Amino acid sequence: MTRRWRDLGLAGLGLIVLLLVPMLGAPPAIRDFIMFAMAYGLLAMSLNLLIGYTGLVSFGHAMFFASGAYAFGLAMQSGKFSIPAAFALAIAFTAVLALVIGAICVRLNEIYFAFLTLAFQMLIYNVILGWVSFTGGDQGLMGGIPRPKFLGIDLADRTQLYVFCSVLFVVCIAIMRQIVTSPFGYTLRLIRDNQERAAFLGIDVARAKLVCFVISACMASVGGILLALFVSGAYPNFGFWTTSGEAIFMILLGGSTVFLGPIVGTVILRILTDVTIAYTSHTELVLGIVILILVLGLRKGPLDVIAERLENRRQAKAQKVRDAADDASGKKP
Amino acid sequence: MDLEALMRCLGTGSCVVTQLTSGMIIGMLLFLIASGVTLIFGVLNVTNFAHGSLYMAGAYIALTLYQASGNYFIAAVGAAVAVGLLGVAFERLLMSKVYGSNVLMQLLVCYAVILISDDLVKIIWGPSGLSMGMPAEFRLPPLRFMGGVIPPFYLFMIAAAMVIGLALWLVIERTRFGKIVRAAAVNGPMVSALGIRVNLYYAAVFGIGSALAGAAGALAAPVRSLTPGMGFSILIESFIVTVIGGMGSIVGAFVAALLIGFTRSFGSIGFPLFVDGMMFLFMALVLIFKPSGLFGRPHR
Repeated sequence: MTRRWRDLGLAGLGLIVLLLVPMLGAPPAIRDFIMFAMAYGLLAMSLNLLIGYTGLVSFGHAMFFASGAYAFGLAMQSGKFSIPAAFALAIAFTAVLALVIGAICVRLNEIYFAFLTLAFQMLIYNVILGWVSFTGGDQGLMGGIPRPKFLGIDLADRTQLYVFCSVLFVVCIAIMRQIVTSPFGYTLRLIRDNQERAAFLGIDVARAKLVCFVISACMASVGGILLALFVSGAYPNFGFWTTSGEAIFMILLGGSTVFLGPIVGTVILRILTDVTIAYTSHTELVLGIVILILVLGLRKGPLDVIAERLENRRQAKAQKVRDAADDASGKKP
Repeated sequence: MDLEALMRCLGTGSCVVTQLTSGMIIGMLLFLIASGVTLIFGVLNVTNFAHGSLYMAGAYIALTLYQASGNYFIAAVGAAVAVGLLGVAFERLLMSKVYGSNVLMQLLVCYAVILISDDLVKIIWGPSGLSMGMPAEFRLPPLRFMGGVIPPFYLFMIAAAMVIGLALWLVIERTRFGKIVRAAAVNGPMVSALGIRVNLYYAAVFGIGSALAGAAGALAAPVRSLTPGMGFSILIESFIVTVIGGMGSIVGAFVAALLIGFTRSFGSIGFPLFVDGMMFLFMALVLIFKPSGLFGRPHR
């Protein structure tokens, strides 16, 4: 219980820090950077629920990112919904989509799972590209997304949009933290570490995986909605396989064992991309080489390595304290 | 939906012949790529997500060799051999380092290789699409059959793919090499304990699978346009083929590739918007009713 309050307190603190940024007069470029990072951060964080906590390596997570963005954008462009209603609609649509795809995929072994999610993502991507009259095809959702006022909030205003996105972002992170630390979260980790044992203990493994898959898809769709609000549109590349690849890369960069690692990874990747673009047009080449160095050299994310070192040191220190206590009480071995 | 057009097509010989050959073309390309994927998966138990890049490399290398030599056959064989060697290098230098670790690491290595190879192609051959054009050897008058027109190159392509597929099947099923490979697929450490250098066989299997992709690229070069991202879309379809046919089964890959090829060619007349959906429907049905695929053995 105390941990839960501590986490909520930290979430509140994080929100305050996020909100202070524009108030302290940060340039708009920084604010835009943070908004991008929040949208993609939610994508990476939600994917890590699957990869890091459940051991489900999905290579198609961006499809839910895109479905959130498109469903929200289309609902708003129809003019029949307020922003909260379109928001709920987009998440509900994504949940149904994830339920259908997840029901087919979660029972399969991990290699099948990886490329079936990839294949379904390409199906969705092709639908977006092909259904030009509805989605605008490769041009994306044109004409902008209308943002009528609701409850006195005007999202056309950049500062209010920033506050709105920050609140949603922190709420989603807090929800994911609660899930990870709940008994269900420990069930997921048990499934990751030993699926057979989980099944023997009476856990419905397929159902737990499916629930996790749907939750994580919903969280990704919130990221997509934030991005759609931010760029005032939705584009096919939201759901392209490279976006999924980037999300996996963010997790690797940040570390999958640290809860907030994927967000750190998102920030690192965005900075890395911005820096390489400044020097060369061959960003893909540079990113590919960085991935190979990380995977073949460290075999895990940099944050994972740091977390491991810290943990080792803490244990060594605890051992030293215990030894010292033994010495003091005269019980020499 | 335009099922009427499909029925009208099925009523005329020329349309049936045209669609059958174009379906065979798609199917044979898919078969060559999918059999490489399925071979590598069956023996090494890794999925090569970068297989499409090898196909792309085959197409571009064939283009350059053809422009240099003017002989399509030299270009095709050269491309297959070169891509086979690339595959061996890829396996030895990168993939073999992540065999023991989880799928995530394999996925990331393949992702990195796709990024790097797409960018390298852009640097070497330029970002815009290229085309080889019909090779000089095949600039012959088209054959006529039941009112339909068949370019000679299509026949060569189909025959070449079938010969390669048959050779592959014979090597795996009827030779000592194939026997060791099949044994390594079941229990690698045991084969190794019998004094056989399994790593060499792993590298060889990866090389053969890559050479198949390279050959597919070389065969596709005269009839497809060459773009830096060309490997990825065909990769998805070849995955669908391996799932339907059954992982590890070359016969299954052949049957499923033809199924997908004909779905594409006839579907583009009857239900153009639903072709992709149809392929996924087939795949979903197979996964629900026979998860190991039409010709696959049940998973261990």
